Amino acid sequence: MTLSRRHFIGSGIATGALLAAPMVWGQAKPRVVVIGGGAGGATAARYIAKDSDGAIDVTLVEANPIYTTCFFSNLYLGGFRDFESLQHGYDKLSGGGVTVINDMATGVDRDARTVTLAGGQVLTWDRLVLSPGIDFKDGSVPGWSLDAAEVMPHAYKAGPQTQLLRQKVDAMPQGGTFAMVAPPNPYRCPPGPYERISMVAHVLKERNPTAKILVLDPKDKFSKQALFEEGWGKHYNGMVDWIGPDFGGNNIEVRPGTMEVVVDGEVMKVDCCNVIPGQMAGRIAALAGVTDDSGWAPVHPDSMKSKVDETIFVLGDSSAQGDMPKSGFSANSQAKVAAMAIRGELAGSKVFPARYSNTCWSLIAPEDGVKVGASYEPTPEKIASVDSFISATGEDAALRKATYQESLGWYAGITADIFG
Amino acid sequence: MGRRFLPALAILAAAGLFPAAAEEIGDAARGAALFKRECAVCHEIGEGAMRRIGPPLNGVFGRRAGSADGFAYSRAMARMGSDGLTWTLETLDPYLENPKALVSGTKMTYRGLKDTTARSDLLAYLREWSDKPQDIPEAEPTALKTDHELDPAILAIEGDPDYGEYLAAECQTCHQRDGSDLGIPSITGWPREDFVVAMHAYKKKLRPHPVMQMMAGRLNDEEIAALAAFFATLE
Repeated sequence: MTLSRRHFIGSGIATGALLAAPMVWGQAKPRVVVIGGGAGGATAARYIAKDSDGAIDVTLVEANPIYTTCFFSNLYLGGFRDFESLQHGYDKLSGGGVTVINDMATGVDRDARTVTLAGGQVLTWDRLVLSPGIDFKDGSVPGWSLDAAEVMPHAYKAGPQTQLLRQKVDAMPQGGTFAMVAPPNPYRCPPGPYERISMVAHVLKERNPTAKILVLDPKDKFSKQALFEEGWGKHYNGMVDWIGPDFGGNNIEVRPGTMEVVVDGEVMKVDCCNVIPGQMAGRIAALAGVTDDSGWAPVHPDSMKSKVDETIFVLGDSSAQGDMPKSGFSANSQAKVAAMAIRGELAGSKVFPARYSNTCWSLIAPEDGVKVGASYEPTPEKIASVDSFISATGEDAALRKATYQESLGWYAGITADIFG
Repeated sequence: MGRRFLPALAILAAAGLFPAAAEEIGDAARGAALFKRECAVCHEIGEGAMRRIGPPLNGVFGRRAGSADGFAYSRAMARMGSDGLTWTLETLDPYLENPKALVSGTKMTYRGLKDTTARSDLLAYLREWSDKPQDIPEAEPTALKTDHELDPAILAIEGDPDYGEYLAAECQTCHQRDGSDLGIPSITGWPREDFVVAMHAYKKKLRPHPVMQMMAGRLNDEEIAALAAFFATLE
């Protein structure tokens, strides 16, 4: 531990000089602390450690010793994956030279360049990577708060909430009603709520075919809408009702005590209610002072570096970067750009121009997979989409099956890329 | 319907817009001899052609890859078919030139026919046993030749493996570095030249698959060479 030494250096020498040549002062290795062990943080930690051959000291702070991916958690809800298949440990990161600390970061002091953990430990850094995912905005859905999540789960951070939602779907009475309160933009995984509707519909079609599904949506359109609507008509005809803002989807109140949903003043009794509230950057980003009024953290498009502090990088869902959707794929892509920039600054390695990409696969029904994707490049203003594609309606079964199989390959690939 | 259709065709023809249906591909007689020498060990074509080591080749023009009845194709060929690869002059020509560069995992163990004229002759013969494009105007795309030849200068570019390693991080979100192949094919250890040809085939949209067409679409010649240099060295 070189805590006192780093303090001494930090207070004794001008920050600009330290930024330019951190290796000048003797044996102390430059230190990177990464907060959040998901698609952004774990990828960044792994790539910095892997590619710097021990020249940079990398510490990853993640509250959960076992990480559950939010991507593919809908497939667990639909019965297509075991819960365990979504879970990943950090042993390969540890083995690859990353110090993994299972604790919660509770504070960031940018002047002292320290992170404080719930357990009391204080870490110092030369570069800080924040990849804390999302938190929910208070008051986004009237009547709902985190205290109500045991009754009306959000299941939008994968883990026990996901399992709870599945139990509640299974416990619905025959002919009961499932309601989802869909989130306003921007939010994690744009097709996620609608893939979830598809998966719940699949389960209900098998076990509870007279059940109904209501989607209460404040948005007037949503990701892959034509593909989902075609699929719902084809596989779950009459089961799914989507209520957009024209019909009150933007005027919702929930009453967890009585399992009621109020849509534009009309009270409805429901049997299972999934509330996905409005979102903002994971709380530690605001505590670090790198978020703006939108609740997200603006970053430079060419590096993922915070616009507020040039020693901090913000990745994935938490960042406000432009056109990329908030997805695990995006976070993984951004992490590689940030890792390269950080290695360039701390170890003098070569820095190439940033490039980003994203693809989101969604499952509509067994072996009926679709995808949407784009490639991106930094412009002075934002990360901008340069090319894109989307599955077409009316594709044949063989292509949809191949797309689903490809998504399984992608999950295996990206989790190996993130967790080693 | 027929009456209204015919004048429209006449107008198209008069305007010179009629598809180049009668385009001469090559010398079918020479192609027949080539077929005997190069293909007949595994394939039958003509009346009563049956499945042998390879699928029968009657009607191959316009057929979706991997779709001949009852033939057990490689996973790679089946995948290309479901991704949308259809056999036309534009796709058969590069396939005959270097089968594995177009369909990496194909079971067809054929070294490829490098001579352009010979390929044209062979294709002219194969087309004798498909629906004749001149009889079906809408079959036009199967009858057009395109220039898919890669400039030798592009193949000769020495890629920078360091740059390739950085660019490869983007590939490895889906393609596993250790060569695992589950739903998404392995690209680890892919011979350099095949890699370059395949990426350019995606760029030109000869290989189907929207993700790869997009990824390859923004790679320039140097970047493709760099990636090829990197992946060829991975074990």
